[in-house]
Amino acid sequence: MSLTRQDVEKIAHLARLSITEEEMPVYVTSLSSIVNFVDELSRVDTGGVEPMAHPLDGQHQRLRPDAVVDHDNHEKYQRNAPEVQAGLYVVPRVIE
Amino acid sequence: MLHTLSIGELAALLEARTTSSVELTRHFLARIERLNPSLNAIITPTAEAALLAAAAADRRLAAGERGPLLGIPIIHKDIFCTDGVRTSCASRMLDNFIAPYDATVVARLKSAGAVMVGKANMDEFAMGSSNENSYYGPVRNPWDTTKVPGGSSGGSAAAAAARLAPCATGTDTGGSIRQPAALTGVTGIKPTYGRVSRYGIVAFASSLDQAGVFARSAADAAAVLEVMAGFDPLDSTSVDVPVPNYSAELAAPASAGGPLKGLKIGILREFFDGLEPRNAALIHAALEVYTALGATTVEVSLPHLPLSVPAYYVVASAECSSNLSRFDGVRFGYRCEQPRDLLDLYKRSRGEGFGAEVKRRIMTGTYVLSAGYFDAYYLKAQKVRRLISQDFRAAFSTVDLVAGPTTPTPAFSLGAKLEDPVTMYLNDIYTIGANLAGLPGMSVPCGFIDGLPLGLQLIGPHFAEGKLLNAAHRYQEVTGWHRQTPRGYE
Repeated sequence: MSLTRQDVEKIAHLARLSITEEEMPVYVTSLSSIVNFVDELSRVDTGGVEPMAHPLDGQHQRLRPDAVVDHDNHEKYQRNAPEVQAGLYVVPRVIE
Repeated sequence: MLHTLSIGELAALLEARTTSSVELTRHFLARIERLNPSLNAIITPTAEAALLAAAAADRRLAAGERGPLLGIPIIHKDIFCTDGVRTSCASRMLDNFIAPYDATVVARLKSAGAVMVGKANMDEFAMGSSNENSYYGPVRNPWDTTKVPGGSSGGSAAAAAARLAPCATGTDTGGSIRQPAALTGVTGIKPTYGRVSRYGIVAFASSLDQAGVFARSAADAAAVLEVMAGFDPLDSTSVDVPVPNYSAELAAPASAGGPLKGLKIGILREFFDGLEPRNAALIHAALEVYTALGATTVEVSLPHLPLSVPAYYVVASAECSSNLSRFDGVRFGYRCEQPRDLLDLYKRSRGEGFGAEVKRRIMTGTYVLSAGYFDAYYLKAQKVRRLISQDFRAAFSTVDLVAGPTTPTPAFSLGAKLEDPVTMYLNDIYTIGANLAGLPGMSVPCGFIDGLPLGLQLIGPHFAEGKLLNAAHRYQEVTGWHRQTPRGYE
């Protein structure tokens, strides 16, 4: 199975990635080759096999007491933000 | 020559006050300054903070405190968050990111008195098998600088091989500790899934990621892993199983009939299918050493193993596409210039901030998770994952450990596998199985082909790190491959 340019454009949009004109043919080729490669899985009989999401059987998400353990670090964390005003993250206008 | 000594020997010198942590730290910082430019193994040297930490370790030593890592230099892969120090993940996306806290691994090593001397280069977001996918340029193999060191923890491996520090941390999602350890001639261990906390490690594929160690011997790796491992409430996948005293186990006297008497090793049949004869000969020679040490060997089969690479590239890519959605150009990391609107901000920040391979994996993952394909790819891969896991379980019902090569070949040339991603992915064919099944695995230096090192891989059942370390240690007591040092780095 091979992917078309339209397929790759759609995937890139879903993944929120801009892809340049120069990059596009490379991704069409390499993603097609990866999809062909993983298609090998379709030949395996997996009837009655449970999907495995966690490598250790019997592990469950732990619950912790609903108690405050972290404190207000927003100033420290926001030092890494591209743009902040009054403790808020700034993005381009969304609502006109 | 302080860089030729083991961690145990260095700790003894520090305890005897024959040397100080400051002197030791200066020695390795000088090596980094002199040797790193030709290797590019370190992204960020941390000289100033290292000397402060070393002075603090010296004060603790002077006060009579003792510890296997107190005052010992270490290098962290640049995927571990280090408070106040850039944590780039070798990506343009995080080139400006100063971590606001320490990863649990970093915090544990820090409180044990280990001294971070630098942060190691890697494949961007740990995606790669050659360390050529770094925003900061490729790492070179100290055995031959025209060759790759392997990846994704290539900087950590090259640094340990070139003796830029006695040990280094790494992460292993599909072989990223074991493969570069093999290609650079050092000892590397990937523990059981959940053994080491992942809190503060930039996530790649959450059902596979695990942190581990590069060192010059199994004994040194044991000393570091002991400090790193253990339950952490901050990581929801951390497992609450007590950490044995690995070093004490290695020091236990050998029983009559050989130090490994009673150990049953399974030789992985599929790992030898089509394996280059010289590579196969080295692995068989290593296994003969094991027989001489009292172990017995028997052939075992993992019939679904050839499917591990396609299953892995579905599962890992799917999880990466989900994990890396946090990089949005809003809260931290790279933001594009003058976004037109929010969608443009997302797309261009990600498109410009991520490198080619990371984008390829995100798109692969997005595709296999998208409507209409989920069952055919993601669910299918999870089923195949169970089959592979069951193969290992069946093998461990008859043997204690399984063994085979770590990699199909020694280190390859820079640029050799960049054209076709699938060729690069197949380089991990022997290492991925352990990640899919969550098993601990090690690579142990076992010889050379054309002057390039090669590794023997040992894989054990869940939480059998002690058994692996002991098997590697007993081998290293009677062989010298792990003590070989690349020319120019003696």
